[in-house]
Amino acid sequence: MPQTPRHRVGLLVTCLVDLMRPAIGFAAVKLLEDAGCTVEVPRQSCCGQPAFNSGDRATARELAEQVIAAFERYDYVVVPSGSCGGQVRVHYPELFHGDPNWHPRAQAFAAKTYELVSFLIDVLGVSKVNARYAGTATYHDSCSNLRELGVRAQPRRLLAGVVGLTLVELPDADVCCGFGGTFCVKYPDISNAIVTKKAEAVAATGADTLLAGDLGCLMNIAGKLQRGGRNVHVRHVAEVLAGMADGPAIGEPERRRESTK
Amino acid sequence: MTLTSPQFKENARAALADTALQRALSKGLGFVERRRLAAERLPEFDALRDAARDIKNHTLAHLDLYLEAYEARLAAAGGKLHYAVTAEEARAIVLDICRTASAKTVTKGKTMIAEEIGLNDFLEHNGIQPVETDLGEYLIQIRHEMPSHIIAPAIHLNKDQVEADFRRVHTHLPKDRNLAEPATLLAEARGVLRERFLAADVGITGANFLVSQTGTSIIVTNEGNGDLTQTLPKVHIVLATIEKLVPTLEDVSTLLRVLARSATGQDMSVYTTLSTGPRRSDDPDGPSEYHVVILDNGRSSMLGGEFEDILRCIRCGACMNYCPVFNAIGGHAYGWVYPGPMGAVLTPALVGVDNGGHLPNASMFCGRCEEVCPVRIPLPRLMRTWREREFERHLSPATVRGGLKFWAFFAKRPALYGIATALASRVLWLFGRSAGRFRRLPFASGWTRHRDFPAPQGATFQAQWRRRRRG
Repeated sequence: MPQTPRHRVGLLVTCLVDLMRPAIGFAAVKLLEDAGCTVEVPRQSCCGQPAFNSGDRATARELAEQVIAAFERYDYVVVPSGSCGGQVRVHYPELFHGDPNWHPRAQAFAAKTYELVSFLIDVLGVSKVNARYAGTATYHDSCSNLRELGVRAQPRRLLAGVVGLTLVELPDADVCCGFGGTFCVKYPDISNAIVTKKAEAVAATGADTLLAGDLGCLMNIAGKLQRGGRNVHVRHVAEVLAGMADGPAIGEPERRRESTK
Repeated sequence: MTLTSPQFKENARAALADTALQRALSKGLGFVERRRLAAERLPEFDALRDAARDIKNHTLAHLDLYLEAYEARLAAAGGKLHYAVTAEEARAIVLDICRTASAKTVTKGKTMIAEEIGLNDFLEHNGIQPVETDLGEYLIQIRHEMPSHIIAPAIHLNKDQVEADFRRVHTHLPKDRNLAEPATLLAEARGVLRERFLAADVGITGANFLVSQTGTSIIVTNEGNGDLTQTLPKVHIVLATIEKLVPTLEDVSTLLRVLARSATGQDMSVYTTLSTGPRRSDDPDGPSEYHVVILDNGRSSMLGGEFEDILRCIRCGACMNYCPVFNAIGGHAYGWVYPGPMGAVLTPALVGVDNGGHLPNASMFCGRCEEVCPVRIPLPRLMRTWREREFERHLSPATVRGGLKFWAFFAKRPALYGIATALASRVLWLFGRSAGRFRRLPFASGWTRHRDFPAPQGATFQAQWRRRRRG
C-alpha cells in the first residue's frame, strides 16, 4: 500500500447529514480510511449556504469564517455533498471578494475542499471500491455536483465496480429535483410539480434503488416516491460505495431486530 | 402593461391547476433537444459564446461612443433617432409619428419593447389599431393576453384553443370551414394578415441588433412577417433599447451564430433582415420614413453596476426553455413582460424589487440557465444579488427573516448547535422511527403537504462520532 504519508482529512459532514442521516457520514469515513486517509471531525454546524442563498451575506460570511477557521489545518476538506461542496469551492471565494485578508484564505481553502466521490477518484486515484449491492440502481445528478463541481463520471465509475449492482441511466438526470434548499418550502407547489416529474422518471426506470450525492435531493425525491407509494429505496451513493447499505434506506422504518443466535 | 408579479405565488398556483396550460407545457416545442443538437453540431459553439459575451461587454463598456456613432450613421442614411428615457416618452414618440402619418392601422412585427411600454393598449386608446403580424403575437392579441415566452409568445396555447379563437374572431369566414390541422390554421392567419399588411399606414418592428458601424437595424424572424411589416407601409418605426447596440456587422455575425442555435436550435433563423434608413431613390420598395426609438427605461442606471451582466441578454429564451420552474408554471405567472430566469433578473430592475421580488426568489439555483446562456450571464448569481438587496431593505418576509435569525443563532455557536440538534434529532427519531417517516409535520407543512419527511436516524453524526472516539 502507499508509502506516502497519510492525508489528514477534515470531514465537513454537512448539517443535513449530521442531523438526519449519520450513516452517510460513517460511510464517508469508511471510504476515506479505506483509501488511506486519517479522518478528523472538528466541531461544526453549517457551511452557511441557507443564509447565502437567502441574501443574508453577513451571516453567510460569519459562518464561512467559522468553517475555514475550524478546517484549514487539514490537508484536505471532504464533503459528502455537492451543494455544500459548491458553497465552499465556488462561493466562499466570491463571498470574501475584495477582502485582502480573507479572500486568499478562502481561495486556498476552496482549493483543498472536495466533494467526497470526486476526492476519491480525482485526488486519491481510487479506481475501485470493495462493495456489493444486490439491485438495480439509477443515479440522479444533483445540480451543484453536476454544474458547480463537474462531478458526473466519477460516481458512475465507482458504481460500475460494485459487485451485484446494475446501473440504469435516469432520463433527464441533469434536471433539478425541485428541492433548492428553502425553495421547497417557500414555493411548495412549484417544488411539488418539479419533484413529481422527477419521481415519475425514477419510477419509470424500473430501478429498485435511487442514488445521488446530496441528501437534500434524496430526501425530496424519497419523500415524493413514498407519498406516491413507490417502492424505491433511496440512498446516498456513499452508503453503497462503502458497502454500508444494509440498514433502512431514507424514510424507511427501522427493521425489527432479527434473533440471530 | 398589467403587473402581477407581486401575486407570483397565486399566479403559480393557478398555472399549476390550469389543465390546458399544463397540456401545452408538457408538449413544449422541443427547444431543449434542438439546442443541444445544434450546439453539438458546431465544435466552436462554446468559443463563440465567449466571443459573444466579449462583444456585448465591450459594447456596454463604450456604449456612449457606439450610440453616437450609430446616430451619425443613421442620420447619414436618412433615418431619425428618438431617444426615450421612460416608457411614457417612448409611447408619446410613437403616437406622434403615427399621428403625423395620419395612421389608422399599424402593423407590428414581434417586439418585446412594445410589450414593455404597453404600446398596443395605448395606441388603441388613441384611436389607432395595432395589428400583430407574428403568428404567436397575433394569437395572444386576439385573446388579450401577454406573451408567455420571449420568442414563442403563444407557447401556452393548444391547437384547439387557437381554432376556437379563430372561429370567434374571423366571423367573416364560412362557419363550416375545416380548421382541424395546423396547416389550415396557418393558412387562415396568413390570409387574414395579408389584408392588414396592405392596409397599414405604419409598420413597427423591434430590433435584435443596432449596428454602430452602418446605422443598420436587424431583425431575425421565422415567418417573414417582419419584412412585410417594415417594407409595405410608408413609415417604419424601429423600437429598441440601448443594449441592442453592437459595433460592427462582423460582431453581428458572431452573435447570430449563437442566437438561433440557443433559441430554437436552428443554425440560422429563416429571415435575417437588415434595414438602414428609408427607401433610397433606386430602391424598388421600402418606407419613405424610417424612425428608430431607443428606450432606456432604467437600463443606463444598470451600466457599471452589479446587474450590468443582464444587459448582455440577446433574448434567445434558452434560459427559460431550460428552466424547471418556467416549465412547471409557464410565463404568465411571472406577472410581467419578461419571464424565466432572464426575467427574474431584469424585471426587478425595471419595476422595482419590491414589486418583482418573488421572481429571483423562485429559483432552486439549479444553474441550467447559466449553463446554456449564449452570452454567459451568471443568472443565479444575479438572482442571489437581488435577494441580498431585498434582505438589506427588509423586504423579505418576516417568517423567512425570523427563521433565518433563529437558525443562525445556533449555527454561529457550534457547541450549542450540537446540543440543540442532538435534542431535535432525538425527538424526531422517537416519533418517527416506527414508520421511518412523517406524513405530517406541523412546522414543515410546505414539505409534508406534498411529500413524506424522513425520520432522522437517532443521535447526530457528531454525537456518535465523539462517543466512539471517547469510547
